[in-house]
Amino acid sequence: MVPVIPALIMLPLLAGTLAFFLRGDRVRRALLVAVPIAHAGLLARAWFARPLTALGGWLALGSLELLFLGITSVLTLAAAIYAVGYLAREKHPRPPAEDGFLFSNAPEATFTGCFLLFLGTMTLVIASQHFGLMWVAVEATTLASAPLIHFHRNSGSLEAAWKYLLICSVGIAIALLGNFFLVVASSSGSGPLTVAGLVRQASLLDPVWLKAAFLLLLVGYGTKMGLAPLHTWLPDAHSEAPSVVSALLSGALLNCAFLAILRVHAVCVAAGLGAFSGGLLVLLGLVSMGFAAAFIVGQADYKRMLAYSSVEHMGIAALGVGLGGAAGFGALLHTVNHSLTKAMLFLLSGNILAAYQDKSTTRVNGMLRVLPITGVLWVAGFFAITGTPPFGLFVSEFTILKGALDGRHWLVAVLYLVFLTVIFVGMAGVFLRMSFGEREGAGAQGRLGAPEEAGTQEGPKTRKEQTGAAMVPSKESILAWLPPLVLGMGVLVLGLWIPLPLRETINTALRALGVQ
Amino acid sequence: MNGWETALKGLVDTLIVFVVLANMRLLGASRLGSCIRVVALQGILLGLIPLVSQGGHLGLRVVLQAAVSTVLKGIVFPALLIRAVRESGSRRELAPIVGYTPSLLTGGGLLALALWLGGRLPLPPTATSSLLVPVALFTIMVGLFMIVARRKAITQVLGYLAMENGIFAFGLAFAEKEPFLVEMGILLDAFMAVFVMGIMVYQINREFDHIDADRLSALKD
Repeated sequence: MVPVIPALIMLPLLAGTLAFFLRGDRVRRALLVAVPIAHAGLLARAWFARPLTALGGWLALGSLELLFLGITSVLTLAAAIYAVGYLAREKHPRPPAEDGFLFSNAPEATFTGCFLLFLGTMTLVIASQHFGLMWVAVEATTLASAPLIHFHRNSGSLEAAWKYLLICSVGIAIALLGNFFLVVASSSGSGPLTVAGLVRQASLLDPVWLKAAFLLLLVGYGTKMGLAPLHTWLPDAHSEAPSVVSALLSGALLNCAFLAILRVHAVCVAAGLGAFSGGLLVLLGLVSMGFAAAFIVGQADYKRMLAYSSVEHMGIAALGVGLGGAAGFGALLHTVNHSLTKAMLFLLSGNILAAYQDKSTTRVNGMLRVLPITGVLWVAGFFAITGTPPFGLFVSEFTILKGALDGRHWLVAVLYLVFLTVIFVGMAGVFLRMSFGEREGAGAQGRLGAPEEAGTQEGPKTRKEQTGAAMVPSKESILAWLPPLVLGMGVLVLGLWIPLPLRETINTALRALGVQ
Repeated sequence: MNGWETALKGLVDTLIVFVVLANMRLLGASRLGSCIRVVALQGILLGLIPLVSQGGHLGLRVVLQAAVSTVLKGIVFPALLIRAVRESGSRRELAPIVGYTPSLLTGGGLLALALWLGGRLPLPPTATSSLLVPVALFTIMVGLFMIVARRKAITQVLGYLAMENGIFAFGLAFAEKEPFLVEMGILLDAFMAVFVMGIMVYQINREFDHIDADRLSALKD
């Protein structure tokens, strides 16, 4: 019998470390895909053997953990397959799309190594039941992913990576203080600082210290999760990182931070402070949606627009959990739907960036003709991300709305609908213009240089050829469209029918959290 | 309480006072080298406190923890940072966002605030020294202040480290509850953070020919 939990964590960590020392590109890329496949396989095994524990209860995989780990594993696998095509086309140095200086990439070994380390640290966050260990793991995810953001060695990505590193490290340091406050709050009890341990002796916790601890942990992990107004690192990091990394940051990393907040919330609920912590989650959720709405309307950079959309959806998830009841179910379902959809959109944005060499929402036009497959998926992704039926996000957003109405939170429901509408309108203009509009002016597209990311098959092109390529459909690599297509199909299926195992997993997870 | 214990308690309080002085020095220093040394000294002082406060019964765990933390904060971090400063060629924090005299005045204000807050917090009786919690809060505030009031990327890293020191000090007050594994994990993270930040400072210097973090402002809406 393989010790599943240690294997899930150690396999990517060891493979990631190994990748720094491997020489051949082929071996490294094989590793890049093989590890996420093995990770998914181990996870399937854990699914049937649950609940599992290790390290004296410090690590455990129950329904909640398997739900989040499942998302992470699927997304990482999709991203790894996409990354193989991406890395193959990133071999040539070329002028960047924005500032006209030559830059090269970080060594590919750094990408592969950090990618796998990132998977390992995220797995550790999800499996950790001990607040101290979870803190260590969350900080480790920041450190593993910062070099990924700076993979394109140019000034923009450097600035983004620095802000990410500093803001998140400071935020997470505040969470560490919150951890110590939890220790103080539990000083009259004797159990370990695990979620289950604290929930068990919730009545012994000092409410004043627990409230203060929740505030600090909410600020700390909320920074990482991208809840406004603590989200300032997020649009920069998501827009400057390679698209495949943005997909993982948005779809997997933000969820890890959300899970950390969920666990503190569970302790508060058990201690009878659910109204306090839930109220704060609802407030921050609405503020996040408001911020996102304000910045999505008129956004000039489509990757930043997707980043603000992540702020919005994290806000929706926080809001749902804060409201509890049916909305709690909606919130967990929403994280699944959002992760799949956002990862799909970010991968597609990589294809667009590769073909157009431009992140501007106004200069990218006529995608349905230039990149037929990507274009169709991009339009589908728009309907999915804005919560239009028949996609999964409609179901989860509707469930959260129902939860708000059931609980007679009229103001929350109204604001929620207003923000969703504003965001729908704001995104509609951008997505539809990019997909349908006619090409304007020759200089707008077809900048000089090789593809920035996967998507086109050819190597470096002259301006003339590139402009030509922008007129007629380009050949799209299967590695560039299959992963987003599969993710998109997933969201579509979840919109039509929620499989019973998923429903049961979410319900069990909610019972474990005590927020049902 | 016998004389030996009183002496040790006095020693802990002396160490804590030195931590406060280190904070004030950090707020008033313009040379990056001095700032690095002050933060390192602060780390060493805090690393010594558990050795002293545990009195006669020094476990292997306490000694090991203190040794690792002192080596990292007193030797490894300053070495990494001094290297980064030398590479960047900037020795001073010229024209900080908040000047040195106002910084010191702010420091006085923050100290008063921390003492007031520390006095109001309902602390459980396990606390090592009544001074430790207010000083920890003060150090955290100074760290945060350094991050926003200084321009150089390296000074921001130092602010982060000061903050980490403050949180460490807060943890010291309730040391017995924090498991060894977590303690080591936190130190490992701090080490990796300084390592990655050091590399980034080096890259910022190479890319922009300066390490002024406030001039990294190309990305915005």
